[in-house]
Amino acid sequence: MGETLDLALVGVLLLNFLMLGTSRLIAAIHFAGMQGILLGMALFVAHGQTNSRVLVLSIATAALKGVAIPAILRRATRNVSIRREIEPFVGFTASLVLGALATGLSLVFSRSLPLLDEHAGSLIVPASFATVLTGFLVLTTRRKAITQVIGYLTLENGIFVFGLTLVEAIPFLVEIGVLLDLFVAVFVMGIIMDHIQREFSSLSTEHLTSLRE
Amino acid sequence: MAPWLVLVPLAFAALAFATPSERVRPWLLPAAGATQLGLVALELLGRGSGFGAPWLALDALGRLVATYLAVLFFLCAAYAPGYLAQRVERPNRIFCSVMLVFFAMMNLIAGAQHLGLLWVAVEATTLASGPLLYFNRNARSIEATWKYLLIGSVGIALALLGTFFTAYSALLAGVTPSMLLPDMIASAPQLSRPWLHSGFVLALVGYGTKMGLAPMHTWKPDAYGEAPGLVGALLAGGLTSCAFTAVLRFFQICAAAGEADFARGPLLFLGLFSMAVAGAFMVRQGDYKRMLAYSSVEHMGILVLGIAIGGAGTLGALLHLVSNGLSKGVLFLSAGNLHRAFGSKRTADVSGALRVLPASAALFLAGFFAATGTPPFGTFVSEFTILSAMMHAERYGVAALFLGLLLVVFVGMGQTVLAVVQGEPPELVAAKPHRDRWLAVAPIAVLLVLVLALGVWIPEPVLALFRAAASAVEGQR
Repeated sequence: MGETLDLALVGVLLLNFLMLGTSRLIAAIHFAGMQGILLGMALFVAHGQTNSRVLVLSIATAALKGVAIPAILRRATRNVSIRREIEPFVGFTASLVLGALATGLSLVFSRSLPLLDEHAGSLIVPASFATVLTGFLVLTTRRKAITQVIGYLTLENGIFVFGLTLVEAIPFLVEIGVLLDLFVAVFVMGIIMDHIQREFSSLSTEHLTSLRE
Repeated sequence: MAPWLVLVPLAFAALAFATPSERVRPWLLPAAGATQLGLVALELLGRGSGFGAPWLALDALGRLVATYLAVLFFLCAAYAPGYLAQRVERPNRIFCSVMLVFFAMMNLIAGAQHLGLLWVAVEATTLASGPLLYFNRNARSIEATWKYLLIGSVGIALALLGTFFTAYSALLAGVTPSMLLPDMIASAPQLSRPWLHSGFVLALVGYGTKMGLAPMHTWKPDAYGEAPGLVGALLAGGLTSCAFTAVLRFFQICAAAGEADFARGPLLFLGLFSMAVAGAFMVRQGDYKRMLAYSSVEHMGILVLGIAIGGAGTLGALLHLVSNGLSKGVLFLSAGNLHRAFGSKRTADVSGALRVLPASAALFLAGFFAATGTPPFGTFVSEFTILSAMMHAERYGVAALFLGLLLVVFVGMGQTVLAVVQGEPPELVAAKPHRDRWLAVAPIAVLLVLVLALGVWIPEPVLALFRAAASAVEGQR
């Protein structure tokens, strides 16, 4: 079980780098979606035993994070006819370097934390921290509303990875609630993006500057 | 009882959504508010129904917050039909039903006894308030809504990580983390310290973003500036108080673990920093609604400062939660009236409000005195309680900073408020006939009377409610 889980988490880490390095929005959405499907699989293998509850949760995770949310985002890009993230605040090479740094720090840092034996050898905690930091990096260095939402999704994915340590502890209802909240958040943001587009004929948050001190 | 407090507003939301008439629908808001007041009264009299679950029940803190929310919502809802009648050009189906959902979710925060459910409820309030902010549907309100949703959601995401860390601290201690607050408090002494500490800091930053503590407050001036006054009152009075409640839940666990002193460090820093940022931006503020947002940042700072000092400071913070929330209601609703009459929220365009709308402007002025903690308002009592707790704890430096910042805020806010209410109105506005509408003034006056009452005389049963909540926060049972 541990090896399969680590394999999925390595995939999550690789997708972080792919996301940081791409300028194409569709590709970034695609990577976030693949991360979601990997998380669904990771959730399934993280559980010691299989029962219907685990199956439902894993499928719901993969369906929401891997299919539904990327579909909403793809729809938003189609409507606004933008394809690329142009001139981010931090360049793509620089963000890759920062991403590598963040991943390295996460590996070192998680060694210094007290962990349960079954988590000490696994990638769960470092992969979680690295993904959270990647999400923050995307959120703060990109200009387009869609890329910012992708950053938020990545951040949530990182938190979800940490949640794998707690799969036994957190009741089903709350897990579903968390997933649903995420879905609705992206949905509401999608609607607002639509309005930003109509009002400014672009999805760049650079136009959102009339409210300044 | 707690489930009813959530379900009844939700039922009203469904009813509002199904009501076809634009004129009848707004009246469902005060109807829901009145029903909620009745439910809360039953609960306080000890006649509430036993219907509930371990993860959704009213403890001492929840009872105080739910009572306060019912009062604030009822008065804001009483203001709503008059306001919406003047905004007939906007369909209000979404507005009314979302406002009721928002209210239901605030009650869910008050009653949540499960850290996961608490998180879901706070996130739900963020999403429900999005459409309320976007009511005016112009470029500026989109910008405000976008910032609010994104910053709010990121903050909430951090709070989720903090919740997970806290759960992991229990897992590491060999306790099965049920995530139920009473269980977490009972097992608190065993919790793993590094995870508990980082969990508290993340939850404070996350829920602090929703409170609007500096430096995570950047969404606040935009959101409050662009939202209708009615929404501003519910956000600044209700939602921030609920987010503070969420912070208190984590503080309760820390206090039970004997780590209150650790938790007080970041609280003290964020409290003083928020007051300082608010003071800096309030001086020469040219937009009176943004000024109210900074006033809210300041008061959030005072709330966490009260907890940071502890002892009587905790009671002071809870008194302040209520008195600040009610005075925010006065300010935002009366500012909304002025905004509509003058068609602007810039102080450059607004002056002589006392001549144009005497009642609203007088309430706005009184609200300013209430918000700055002038006696005899309730905010004076709560701020004085926090100050004397500081003196009692011999934190003289903190007390001096606290007083100094209160003074800066008073002067800064006073400049803007006086510029608005005094002087001659602009000719264009003076030429048009204006009058204070009964429905747009009476709820504000009642709010003001309540803030005043809290400052003059608090009845013993009400004080007992505050005391019980304060000892629950401090962990004395």
